[in-house]
Amino acid sequence: MLADLGFFSLVLAFATAVYAAAAAVWSARTGDAVMLNSARTAAWLTIPLTSVSAFVLILLLTTGHYDIHYVFSVINDDMPLYLKITALWGGQEGSLLFWAWLMSFFTGGVMLRKWQRDVDLMPAVTAVCMVTMAFFISLILFVENPFARMWQTGAGETVYAMWQPAGTIQIIPADGRGLNPLLRHPGMVIHPPLLYLGFVSLVVPYAFAIAALLRGRSDDEWLRTTRAWTLSGWLFLSLGLILGGRWAYDVLGWGGYWGWDPVENAAFMPWLTATAFIHSAMIQEKRGMLKRWNVILVMLTYGLMLFGTFITRSGLLSSVHTFAQSEIGHWFFVFITGMMMFSLVVLWRSWPLLKSEQQLDGLLSRESAFLLNNLLFLGITAAVFWGTVFPMISELLNGERVTVGPPYYNMVVVPLFAGLILLMGVAPLIAWRKASARALGRLMLIPLTLSLVLTAGLAIVGVRDALALFGVWLCLFVSLTTGYEFVRGTQARIKTNGENTFTALSRMMSRNRRRYGGYIVHLGVVLIALGFIGSTAFQQETQGRFNVGETVSLGRYTLRYDGLYAWQERDRDIHSAEIAVFRDGQYLTTLYPRRDLYLQNGQPMPMTIPGVRSSIEDDVYVLLLDWEGFSADSATFKTYINPLVNWIWFGGLVFIAGTLISLWPQAGEARRQAAIQAGSRATVRA
Amino acid sequence: MRMSFLRADRGREREDGPQARLPSSVSRLLIVVLLLVSTAAPVWAQDPVTDDEVNRVAKTLYCPVCENQALDTCPTEACRQWRATIREQLEAGRSDEQIRQYFAEQYGERVLAAPRPEGFGLLMWVIPPLVVALGLGLYWNFLRTSKRRAPTAAEADGAADSSDDYAARLEAELRERR
Repeated sequence: MLADLGFFSLVLAFATAVYAAAAAVWSARTGDAVMLNSARTAAWLTIPLTSVSAFVLILLLTTGHYDIHYVFSVINDDMPLYLKITALWGGQEGSLLFWAWLMSFFTGGVMLRKWQRDVDLMPAVTAVCMVTMAFFISLILFVENPFARMWQTGAGETVYAMWQPAGTIQIIPADGRGLNPLLRHPGMVIHPPLLYLGFVSLVVPYAFAIAALLRGRSDDEWLRTTRAWTLSGWLFLSLGLILGGRWAYDVLGWGGYWGWDPVENAAFMPWLTATAFIHSAMIQEKRGMLKRWNVILVMLTYGLMLFGTFITRSGLLSSVHTFAQSEIGHWFFVFITGMMMFSLVVLWRSWPLLKSEQQLDGLLSRESAFLLNNLLFLGITAAVFWGTVFPMISELLNGERVTVGPPYYNMVVVPLFAGLILLMGVAPLIAWRKASARALGRLMLIPLTLSLVLTAGLAIVGVRDALALFGVWLCLFVSLTTGYEFVRGTQARIKTNGENTFTALSRMMSRNRRRYGGYIVHLGVVLIALGFIGSTAFQQETQGRFNVGETVSLGRYTLRYDGLYAWQERDRDIHSAEIAVFRDGQYLTTLYPRRDLYLQNGQPMPMTIPGVRSSIEDDVYVLLLDWEGFSADSATFKTYINPLVNWIWFGGLVFIAGTLISLWPQAGEARRQAAIQAGSRATVRA
Repeated sequence: MRMSFLRADRGREREDGPQARLPSSVSRLLIVVLLLVSTAAPVWAQDPVTDDEVNRVAKTLYCPVCENQALDTCPTEACRQWRATIREQLEAGRSDEQIRQYFAEQYGERVLAAPRPEGFGLLMWVIPPLVVALGLGLYWNFLRTSKRRAPTAAEADGAADSSDDYAARLEAELRERR
């Protein structure tokens, strides 16, 4: 009964989305304002309709309606309440519903903003948003329905359907299968929502770009309007990626956080193009250049977002043949192809309209630096894309599946990232339009010298890895030039306004939130880069079997195996080892690495949870791999020392701070900024 | 080995009687030779292969059946057996590369962390540098064709940012120069 309600609400949502799209297109062609309003209301209505479906599914999950196939497959009685709720996105069908629900907030939410300035864009924006929405709902209704029940045919087969097919009896299990234990982690609770929020918010800039082009507009109004959506979507995506890494580090038990797994890459690629877009959008706003490029970038981001969902959900990754068996792949393929072709047609027809207003004035200029930035980002995207799809290509053309792993990515992607970090340090010092190399050299002198001296210091102290030293130098250089930017601006304010340091700094930042927020994000990138260098180039590991009381040394640390304890909890068996950790001979702490065994439908599902001691300088990370017999007099452990790994998570926090500063609105600020931009355009163009 | 040899010797002494006994000088020589030989034995016996050495090789291989799992961290029983295979091969004295080769032949190319740069795999390695070169070429071309000869504006020296601290900075630098 309840499931039927959820299903019907979704059917209504689908019909509403289709109607909204159709009415929007109609109003665009006839100029009928009533139809436009109707479309707007319909678009907004998808929010409550999908919400009903989502709440129904959550209710079914929390009350254990095991007659529903999805509920049976993701929960069981032993799971705590919060996990039952988050099981909404624990499986394919629920994920799609969750996605559609989130999308309704963004696409419907766009309808709620004030439209006076851009009312001519509204029909196309509504249509694009609603078409995307309708697609995802159609996937849920026709291919992966979370409300389907289970039925058994006479032949003993299980079929899934909403209502009883002829000749079958209903299957109502007493308990469910339960969520994969790997997903029972706080990271998994927020990682998918963050990623989905990032993805769905990227639909909005795309919709606005298409709308602007269809209206024959060549200005950058759409960029300004969607800037907040793009930036916040980018932040969600960034956090989703970082949290995904953190979750992998915490529970997957391989001491790392990023494996160049195709699913990781699928979320990474839209992030890369979105970051490129955020930067090149600034050029269009400041100088009216790169209009065609920005449109291409926004279309690419939308396409990669869909493609990412496609390869993650369709099973294309495990084998091209799974793709053929699952219908959802076909639907995605058709939709992506259709939307990309549509985008190309719109772009092609608007091509002459998007001619740059300005020319490039100098080879060495902020514009060319931004262009290089975009080139590098796109290069990384292309490299990651190639590495992700090559296994499929190999299987299709060569008949043999291959793995593309870290050796490829380290060789191709890392140098490009190094180039980006270097650019991050140099570009703020390069003037707009035409910079003189001498002026640039003068500005770079202090940061360059200081960073070289500090790096040399590290080399003297004993660091020998040349690549790591180079990476550290890059990060130091960027931190110094970025910090220098803050110092210069503050000093200028102190001199002209006579303010004290603190007031000067905060007023300066407050008046240029975009720029200084962006610089803070750059500093966050530097922290993450340093964390990455530390935890890969200087990682130490060892594995061995120890008897109780025996110790092992790794770096400055000594670890002693003190015993194994076993007990049972509601849903799992736990074996936990006690490890005493010493540093330089002094006792530091005790760690409890564990092996949990979940029983799912009689199938044992193991989970290895590390014992970790985190500090600013490193993580001591211990895994319990095996033990001998019931008395567990000896056990096998794997220990990692991961230097600077926590700088990565901290860098994520800096990301948030920087983006929030950049996004923070000020009364009249928007108007003031627009005036400044227009004014600067006039002077810079002159 | 040493002990069992001596025991056999003693047995023969008992059964065969005094006539079959070796002359004492020869048996003493035999014992000396044996002692010398036995000191060489530890050189032949290897140190047991450590887990770290197994992991060193396993790290560069991928599980043939699981999805994108490196062989050193894969927890399944099958992977445990494969790691045992690596251990055996290391004990037999094979090199890392030989072991990788063995796995590739047995289980297919997919166990390697990246396709070898030969045959079809070569395509994978060659395309990215080509694309990057193409991109750089397009970038350079764009810079050259889009450049316009403009006079070096006053903003060329230092800050050319269009916001109100541009003015502040300009003033500060002008003051410096006085």
